[in-house]
Amino acid sequence: MRFSILVNGTRRTVEEEADTPLLWVLRDDLHLVGTKFGCGIAACGACTVHLNGVPARACVTPISAVGDAPIVTIEGIGESDWGRKVKAAWLELDVMQCGYCQAGQVMTATALLTKNPRPTDADIDEAMRGNICRCATYTRIRAAIKRAAGLPTADTREQRP
Amino acid sequence: MSGKNTVQQPGAGAKTGLHISRRAFLGAGLAVGGGLLLTLRFAEKASADDATIAAYIKIAPDGIVTLTAKNPEIGQGMKTTLPMLIADELDVEWKNVRVEQAMLDPIYGAQFAGGSLGTPLNWIPMQRVGAAGREMLIGAAASTWGVPRAQCEASKGVVRHRPSGRTLTYGALASKAASLSAPDLDSVALKKPEQYTIIGKFTGGIDSPSVLEGEPLFGIDTRLPGMSYAVYEKSPVFGSRAVRANIGEIKALPGIRDAFILHATERDAAVRMGLVDGVAIIADKWWDAQKALQKLRVEWEPRSVKGQSTPAFEREAARLAGDAPQSVIRRDGDFHAAIARAAKVVEASYSYPFLAHATLEPMNCTAHVKADGSVEIWAPTQNPGPGAKLVARTLGIDAGRIRVHMTRVGGGFGRRLNNDYMVEAAMIARHAGRPVKLLWNRPQDIQHDSYRPAGFHRFKAGLDASGRPIAFRDHFITFGQSGQVASSAGLPRNHFPAGYVPSLEFVQSLIQLDMPTGPMRNPGGNALAFAFESFIDELAHAGGRDPLELRLALYGPPRVLPAPPRQFGMTIPPFDTGRARGVLELVADKSGWARRSALPAGTGMGLAFYYSHFGYVAEVVKASVKPDGTPQVHKIWAAVDIGRQIINPAGAYNQAQGAILDGLGQALHLNITVQDGRVVQSNLNTYRLLRIDEAPPVEVHFLRSDNDPTGLGEPALPPVLPALCNALYIATGKRIRSLPIDPRLLRST
Repeated sequence: MRFSILVNGTRRTVEEEADTPLLWVLRDDLHLVGTKFGCGIAACGACTVHLNGVPARACVTPISAVGDAPIVTIEGIGESDWGRKVKAAWLELDVMQCGYCQAGQVMTATALLTKNPRPTDADIDEAMRGNICRCATYTRIRAAIKRAAGLPTADTREQRP
Repeated sequence: MSGKNTVQQPGAGAKTGLHISRRAFLGAGLAVGGGLLLTLRFAEKASADDATIAAYIKIAPDGIVTLTAKNPEIGQGMKTTLPMLIADELDVEWKNVRVEQAMLDPIYGAQFAGGSLGTPLNWIPMQRVGAAGREMLIGAAASTWGVPRAQCEASKGVVRHRPSGRTLTYGALASKAASLSAPDLDSVALKKPEQYTIIGKFTGGIDSPSVLEGEPLFGIDTRLPGMSYAVYEKSPVFGSRAVRANIGEIKALPGIRDAFILHATERDAAVRMGLVDGVAIIADKWWDAQKALQKLRVEWEPRSVKGQSTPAFEREAARLAGDAPQSVIRRDGDFHAAIARAAKVVEASYSYPFLAHATLEPMNCTAHVKADGSVEIWAPTQNPGPGAKLVARTLGIDAGRIRVHMTRVGGGFGRRLNNDYMVEAAMIARHAGRPVKLLWNRPQDIQHDSYRPAGFHRFKAGLDASGRPIAFRDHFITFGQSGQVASSAGLPRNHFPAGYVPSLEFVQSLIQLDMPTGPMRNPGGNALAFAFESFIDELAHAGGRDPLELRLALYGPPRVLPAPPRQFGMTIPPFDTGRARGVLELVADKSGWARRSALPAGTGMGLAFYYSHFGYVAEVVKASVKPDGTPQVHKIWAAVDIGRQIINPAGAYNQAQGAILDGLGQALHLNITVQDGRVVQSNLNTYRLLRIDEAPPVEVHFLRSDNDPTGLGEPALPPVLPALCNALYIATGKRIRSLPIDPRLLRST
């Protein structure tokens, strides 16, 4: 079937089966490979994109379910104000190790800050717990979200358990 | 734990040591397009016949410096660290540095990511390359000006003549420098630490901006013209032969180009991580191949799976522990006589499970077997050299006809020291006659790993009246194949407390295992630390001693123990009890260990120390439990001694914190179980990696002892597991002796 989707502000047409996950449309049809494959069951968050501004797991989102919802991927997230700030904070604090999960982390963090510009540690936990970092760079992910938000980055959770 | 376990990485063998024992020679030449091409040659002697030359430095006329990173980048940061070492001594600005990933090539010597060896093996050689380059550029300037070179100095890519103030940029000097002969690498002077401009500075990962732009860097991102995609389905029971499959039906499915059975070409390929039987499906799109798997029916030849289940392993371990051991690893003094006169005897059994690596980038590889029989491979691998040899052997071609591109690696953790996915891709590509990208799905990745081996320890120790251990015994029940200890399933004979307790026995018995095991981040240590450092804690409490004080007493006064024998041509640094003491005291100070009795009831602090990969690490965990028994980690402190210089603080703190949280996840959740010869877990919902809401604050302190820097990918991982369990003992009075932690054992009753 032919599907017309809006990716990072550009209209793209693809020929695909209705049940093909958006992840493989992005990666193998459109060659937008920044969105990563981790688990295929929405358990790790490596494939996180924005669908209508909301984080979605592209690995379990059939292309037929996308419709007219605008899609933003890591390749396009820097166009938004929050996306730009999040990426800058990620680089400033040198968050990544292997980097494989980080596109997904940045997408989820950007969605969090767009909705909640001054997140608490609990807000960060709630928003980010769906995104696994196998290198466990969680210390810096937390700090970078706070840095992007202009909040102090020191981890003070121990003082208020 | 030292030498033996740390350097026995696949591929880190003889060649690794050659980097240290061989002399290095420098050569110079003109770069394509003008400029200096500085080369480093490792050779036994300076003869021309073995003159293999590697380009490390290219200086373009515009002053842009391109440095080669020879080792794979798996998140450990070597693609940034190694060029930092060259760039600092070369005296160029980091912003003008570009980094190129080397191909696999014998001219570079060993190219691998393992054993936390990147830093100790390259710390001096890479600095010397940079320093030699600087000397040549200064020489070129001095000869241009006709002045003594002693009057010239270099800084930020510019040579300056002090008396006249004249300057020339490296870009302008590069071509001239290329005509000069290179200095003797052993005699080039290196900077003093106070002269460093890049080493020791917080330096972001060289590829990080590209990752956040979504650029194709990882193996999974490889795309070639005319490329197809493949999946490869293997038997859930390791190493079963594929008898037949519904190939015709699969080939008729939409988008499928081909499907066929491949057979193993070597004996014991399953436990050796070679090519094993399977069904390859090739498609125009990966998703089509993946979807076809749902329709695939394969008849696997039945093979005996007797005893190959987690409960059966546990029963066998209990039986073996009660029997005489099968072999002796080490015997000091007379354990039985010593235990007979002990004031107190302590016995405990510890165990830990198999673990999968679960790198977030699933195994994948892209291969092209060309019409002339040569092979080109794009692989996210930690260990490309043995991978190319495996491909050569399996395809029956000369290894020299294989080119391997090292892509960025989405997580290694030891999994990609093996290259099974590489040989699969090559065999499938040869069959296909076109470039093929093989990508495993997650269940295949979890169910066809080289697992961290499970293990069982039956400890018995005797204390004297002062609470000091005088007798210590471990009957280690581990796994093997045909009487040989399985990969990464051994107990080093010098493991603590060997050497510190006068009468000691390490003995061993083996359970037959028909599935593959292999190194996982801090092989040996990631399991042994939990068992030994928990049991030492038990001994401290049994003898009424502070766990910190008992450790300090056991290690004794600061001294350097005799150096272990050289291995693989490498000098193994001796163990320094003063460094152990240093990190123990530092972590105690930073965590407030002495004030721990003031913590509220139900909150405990635990401590552990571990020496591995030449690094000394002590950690303290503060923890309590929820009413349902779930551990709550409040904070973790670490004191780390990896020598006098932290090359890149950005990477160092991140590695230490990540390793600690990696270990925490193992303690809390990770568990691979086996049923009838197959792995039960299949995805990240049942194999539960740590998430951000479970990650406590981690405070890392580096102790800068006056020793050469060593690696940090691994040493910080082990202590957190016993430190947590030791803290939970204080918090609850209950001792965790089996991993992962079962919260039901910690519930308040």
